[in-house]
Amino acid sequence: MPKYEWPEKSKRAVLGRRISKSDSPDKVSGRAKYASDVKRPGQLYAKFLRCPHAHAKVVSIDVSAAERMPGVKAVKICEKKGPGSEILWALDEVVGVVAVDERTAEDALQKIVVKYEKLPHLVNEQDLAGAGDRAKPAAEQVTGDPDKAFQEAEVVIEGDYGIPVITHCCLESHGQVVEWEGDNLTVYPSTQNVSGLVGQFAQPLKIPASNVKIRMDHVGGGFGSKFSPDSWGVESAHLSKQAGGKPVKTFLERDAELFVAGVRPSHFARIKLGAKKDGTVTAWEHHSWSTGGPTGGGMAPLPYVLSVPNSRKKHTAVATNTGPQRAWRAPNHPQACWLTFAALDDMAAKLNMDSLDFYLKNIQLAGERADLYRRELLKAAELIEWKKKWHPRGDPAPGHLKRGLGLGFHTWGGRGHASEARLTINPDGSVSVDIGTQDLGVGTRTVIAMVAAETLGLPVSAIKVNIGRAPDYPVSGGSGGSTTVGGVSAATRRAGQNALEELFAKVAPALSAQPSELEAVGGKVQMRDNPAKNLPWRQATARLGVTPLVVSGKNAAAASAADGKLTDQGVGGVQMADVTVDIETGIVKMNKFVAVQDCGLIINEKTAESQVLGSMIMGVCYSLFEERVMDEVTGRPLNANMEFYKLAGIGDIGDFVVHMWKDDPEQDARGVIGLGEPPVIAPGAAIGNAVANAIGVRVPQAPFTPARVLAALEKKGGLSS
Amino acid sequence: MPKRDHAGPPSELDVSRRGFLKGAGAALSSGIVAGAEALEAANRAAAKIIGPGKTPVTLKINGVNKALNIEPRVTLLDALRDELELTGAKRVCDRSSCGACTVIVSGKSVYACSMLAIEAQGKNIETVEGLSVAGKLHPLQQAFVDNDAQQCGYCTPGFVMACKAFLDKNPNPTIEQVRKGLGGNLCRCGTYVGVAEAVLQTAGKKGGRANA
Repeated sequence: MPKYEWPEKSKRAVLGRRISKSDSPDKVSGRAKYASDVKRPGQLYAKFLRCPHAHAKVVSIDVSAAERMPGVKAVKICEKKGPGSEILWALDEVVGVVAVDERTAEDALQKIVVKYEKLPHLVNEQDLAGAGDRAKPAAEQVTGDPDKAFQEAEVVIEGDYGIPVITHCCLESHGQVVEWEGDNLTVYPSTQNVSGLVGQFAQPLKIPASNVKIRMDHVGGGFGSKFSPDSWGVESAHLSKQAGGKPVKTFLERDAELFVAGVRPSHFARIKLGAKKDGTVTAWEHHSWSTGGPTGGGMAPLPYVLSVPNSRKKHTAVATNTGPQRAWRAPNHPQACWLTFAALDDMAAKLNMDSLDFYLKNIQLAGERADLYRRELLKAAELIEWKKKWHPRGDPAPGHLKRGLGLGFHTWGGRGHASEARLTINPDGSVSVDIGTQDLGVGTRTVIAMVAAETLGLPVSAIKVNIGRAPDYPVSGGSGGSTTVGGVSAATRRAGQNALEELFAKVAPALSAQPSELEAVGGKVQMRDNPAKNLPWRQATARLGVTPLVVSGKNAAAASAADGKLTDQGVGGVQMADVTVDIETGIVKMNKFVAVQDCGLIINEKTAESQVLGSMIMGVCYSLFEERVMDEVTGRPLNANMEFYKLAGIGDIGDFVVHMWKDDPEQDARGVIGLGEPPVIAPGAAIGNAVANAIGVRVPQAPFTPARVLAALEKKGGLSS
Repeated sequence: MPKRDHAGPPSELDVSRRGFLKGAGAALSSGIVAGAEALEAANRAAAKIIGPGKTPVTLKINGVNKALNIEPRVTLLDALRDELELTGAKRVCDRSSCGACTVIVSGKSVYACSMLAIEAQGKNIETVEGLSVAGKLHPLQQAFVDNDAQQCGYCTPGFVMACKAFLDKNPNPTIEQVRKGLGGNLCRCGTYVGVAEAVLQTAGKKGGRANA
């Protein structure tokens, strides 16, 4: 068995280069087909009637008029939504209609009569006292002796902080095309979980998993919200069956996409901190609460990154009548990061310390990666010119424009998931890699090709990558938690090394060598110690005769000593923001945003950098714009569209600097670590702290909108700085 | 948010928001006012009422006339996507907020979700599918690839067309003009840095994210 490892940095021909993604030409030309672009012969369209109430009992449903409409092919009351059932959030689907086109299906929805009995609802959780029996407190957690530590603390601060529910807002809404052939189902989904959907569709439809095929080339965003078939996916399969098995296309309208297809839980907290006068943090206490819908919301990892030796933690989940939570890029970390670093930053201000010095003073609380954080903090500070630009809280400059700096740092796991790659070397020298994975736009296809190319000593263009089919291709995990690139690259590396072992056995006699003396480099199979003895790749593969070489490689989800260092988990990363706040309008403007990010071995520097840039922009979105707004009275969402559910535009982001931590041999030696989540965690903290530094007062709740900035300034005592 | 550069072309009916025609007016005071004006305009034009059944429509798309038989309520976007299988333009917000459906009509970038197909008759409609010639990417498209200006790619075709219209009007833009002029297109994955570089590269300036 080969020793699975990455080549030494000096010997890498492909890994670490900046390579454009192989599927970008299809995306820029409109050729890339998403599930929402699929049009199957005879395709019908599904629409769902949604409950207008946040909490209600279904009394009766009359679908007869809709059924009689010309062009309507199937009408079905959704599972567990019949008379007597309880609806727990507004916009939940109640009845599905399939028709010849979307407009006819929409018209048919108007003909359905559902009578509801309204029940009491709770949709807003910020006021915990008003949550009544919807509040479910969890057991208190105590570490060390917080009471004694607070008594002994020389400085104590206390503050309230919060961040509301936001949604995934995938541009391609959730949905799929389903098509039956007898009892065999083909699904064209928009998913982060190609291999996993096979069983997830089979089980509720009560068909063997072997009857399900999944087909997906591209997905228009997921961010953690697209792992399951969804209730509407399964309903669509039922509706399709009812319509004679014809293909049925279902994609959520924007209002449903924003409010029923996944949200990120809120997080509010009252935080108390104790420290010594020299800045050493000694005590932490918090009471947090959150909602992610009907099941409430779990406690974020507080305090974040820094383990305070004495702490008391209380958390209360609040069950609300709102669309349920789903994993949202780095679940619970952005909330934890913002809450923690806001409180810490307030402590630094109280101590009259430069917050950078304050964090460096406490960096040992970061544990095993303390020194990495220290170095990353210093690098980021250099890039944003922290020491030159920093001032104590409250920009002393005259006028209405106040400038400030803030920072935050983060951590994430990111070990490669379970994944299998099937690599084929054909006698004509062509190579393909099949993996049942998906490319969310991060460059997964390109990464697989780069790893195979590096391993086989071929150009990247020589590798054909096949993904997005199940069960046709070997099983690969869902794309969540920054696990994909580690998983597929480790699996591909193993498959490549396994394939070479078999190929070398066939080629060795022709070179009068032992298989162990051979290597594949620069389009040749050659003797390691005597490269002049070689066969060009095609002549080497011709030795396979007429049978292609098909070899697998597997990455296991859990680490084992025998694995070598192909993938690892645990990263740091530091972000610093420079903002200007207009204290007359309350508008926060990004000037500069710096990220320093480690992620082990970098396969494609260009796409790695894009992950960081994209995360930072997403972070600007949730720091300055994004917020789900629910109407207390009706229990309905007030901003179920993209005018009022706001994202940042190209003019809102300022100048970005990304520094990939690539020149550190110690980090490189750890192998591949996922990068999708880490850089999205710290923007709230960095931007929120920059706002406080600029205007001299804490804006306690994200997003830092003009209204909240002005409210904080008013509380402070007006516009004077 | 920056000012949007998209302009709806003057319409024969002076009713450019199909949302009004569908009776789904936006819950905005300005929207209601616009709706009232549109109602008056629609009344004036009552003699021209067509539909609600299917009606023949001819659209000139990427230089080629296409004959369709569609209901008057069908948007240009749905006509492109569902009838002509030109699926580059995407339906995302479906109400003029995000730009994923951007096409160029009579030289101006337009949200195809908010223009009826019947309004687009007799006009020159350019879609992303017409931008590359004989399989060769337009320099702007190549610049998107080089600067990694797409992740999931769902906003990309609309963004490409918005950038094309922007560059036709501003062949030598500054970064400030790029940031102001392209505010009408939203991306969820966060590709704006690459998009801005791609526009500058196409204008012959740089392209800071291209292959090193």
